[in-house]
Amino acid sequence: MQFGVFTVGDLTTDPVSGRTPTENERIKAMTTIALHAEEVGLDVFATGEHHNPPFVPSSPTTMLGWIAAKTTTLQLSTSTTLITTNDPVKIAEDYVMLQHLADGRLDLILGRGNTGPVYPWFGKDIRQGVNLAIENYALLRRLWDEEVVDWSGTFRTPLQSFTATPRPLDGVAPFVWHGSIRTPEIAEQAAYYGDGFFHNNIFWPIEHTQQMVALYRRRYEHYGHGSADQAIVGLGGQVFMRASSQDAKREFRPYFDNAPVYGHGPTMEEFTAQTPLTVGSPQEVIDRYAAMRDHVGDYQRQLFLMDHAGLPLKTVLEQLDILGGEVVPVLRKEMAIGRPAHVPDAPTHASLVAAAGGSQDATVDAAPDDVTGASPEPESARVPR
Amino acid sequence: MSRRTIAVVAGGLHQPSSTRLLADRLAEATAVSLRERGIDTDVQVVELREHAHDLTNMLLTGFASADVKRAIDTVVQADGVIAVTPIFSGSYSGLFKNFFDVLEPGSLAAMPVLIGATAGTARHTLALEHAVRPLFSYLHAVVVPTSVFGATEDFGATSSAQVPDDVPPLAARVERAAGELADLVAARSSHRAVDPFANPTSFADLLAGR
Repeated sequence: MQFGVFTVGDLTTDPVSGRTPTENERIKAMTTIALHAEEVGLDVFATGEHHNPPFVPSSPTTMLGWIAAKTTTLQLSTSTTLITTNDPVKIAEDYVMLQHLADGRLDLILGRGNTGPVYPWFGKDIRQGVNLAIENYALLRRLWDEEVVDWSGTFRTPLQSFTATPRPLDGVAPFVWHGSIRTPEIAEQAAYYGDGFFHNNIFWPIEHTQQMVALYRRRYEHYGHGSADQAIVGLGGQVFMRASSQDAKREFRPYFDNAPVYGHGPTMEEFTAQTPLTVGSPQEVIDRYAAMRDHVGDYQRQLFLMDHAGLPLKTVLEQLDILGGEVVPVLRKEMAIGRPAHVPDAPTHASLVAAAGGSQDATVDAAPDDVTGASPEPESARVPR
Repeated sequence: MSRRTIAVVAGGLHQPSSTRLLADRLAEATAVSLRERGIDTDVQVVELREHAHDLTNMLLTGFASADVKRAIDTVVQADGVIAVTPIFSGSYSGLFKNFFDVLEPGSLAAMPVLIGATAGTARHTLALEHAVRPLFSYLHAVVVPTSVFGATEDFGATSSAQVPDDVPPLAARVERAAGELADLVAARSSHRAVDPFANPTSFADLLAGR
């Protein structure tokens, strides 16, 4: 079971101090949070992708490449990579480049994006959102899995004799999760490919999450990837903790009351009852999240949103200390109890390479180019790893 | 005897409410009309006032509270709907619109609907035709030809002679509209919504763009 943090990358005024961070401060805060996640023993850091203010992370692979260089065990992911408005060719190239630099510590959560104008800004139509996700991913899959691709579709210019470079590390593409909050078609897509399904349930009642995950599991089995309880499931989460429950509620309330998305709506008490948001002691968080598998089955990845609504960096880092120090070690033990041996862990580069029968270098040789005249290294000189 | 469910959406803000009074009369008259056609009726009332906070929260958060979900399910799973709103500023009330704004697209398609409204004077009558009827047309509901407007003075008039413009008294209009709704509800086979989770579109169809 993987535990980690995911960030939206919002630039929000701290309602207590009245201060709004600069973009530069927020970007540096995100990378500081990522490094601290590894320090406190968390497994995953995922960044959102956005193309409008007040969000800063428009370029996830740049940020994750920097983090990759500064970490050694942290799994890097996205929450989410926009499969609709990005060119799938550029996704194939950017993320495999990052996969190499991160020595395989990379996976992607794909999402459609729900900000209407982003679609036309990138020359797309939001009404085609699901169709874009289906076609673009089908192409992305081929670009990673096949060396030379001939392709034509509805949304992109055709490709003839195209090879996406660099080729996936060890001949194994990054693992892909498909994220969707309420679209059955995306659960179906994840099931069809035998990919992971990430339900970002932070703003939704558990009954809804249960319904989406159950559909994905049933269809995963239908498509022959394994039994329903072997499907790869990830969930979102949102917590704020202090040693005493009262202190946690008192400190977090102004952030809750003014937060983007749910601020000025339901009370914190209503929202914590209806969604996974938990504001209280570490033990309350443990109790709430240890029970998640009662609703969705044994699952593989739990990501927490820790740094939104204008919370200052110092507070977020304290929250990570509590999460990594007191909560996750207990959750790891709790989640292991009674977990059947045939339920897999979240795929990693190592497990994917092992499943593929070992690493195979996938480098593509080509004739010397006209610019440098350089000749690629002869095939015989390369030593298999 | 077969059974049908009629959902009543009442948008009145006060207790007691003349909007609810009109809604109840329409529901009773519809039940009587259906009984004449050999059909028993379950009437389920959704008082929007009780859900005012949760509906606003749903606009902000995107998900329904358990109570609002029950109210929505009551309406979209009914065999016919009676929707009654007070007229504010020449149109339906904001709360009334709020409820229909949070329904999933298509969930009232082909639904038989009887519309009614109340206001202090009969001068607001055409708001039913200019505002409320187009709302339900947009939702692809089937709205019966007779809409029923209850002005305060209607509750005291018993014959055409006592009502301006020679319109029939409220009781007669209620009965006519209820009969029209009963015809549609009786003709419609008992209604069941499609569940996208039970029957997802297969990936082969998705890939083929179907």
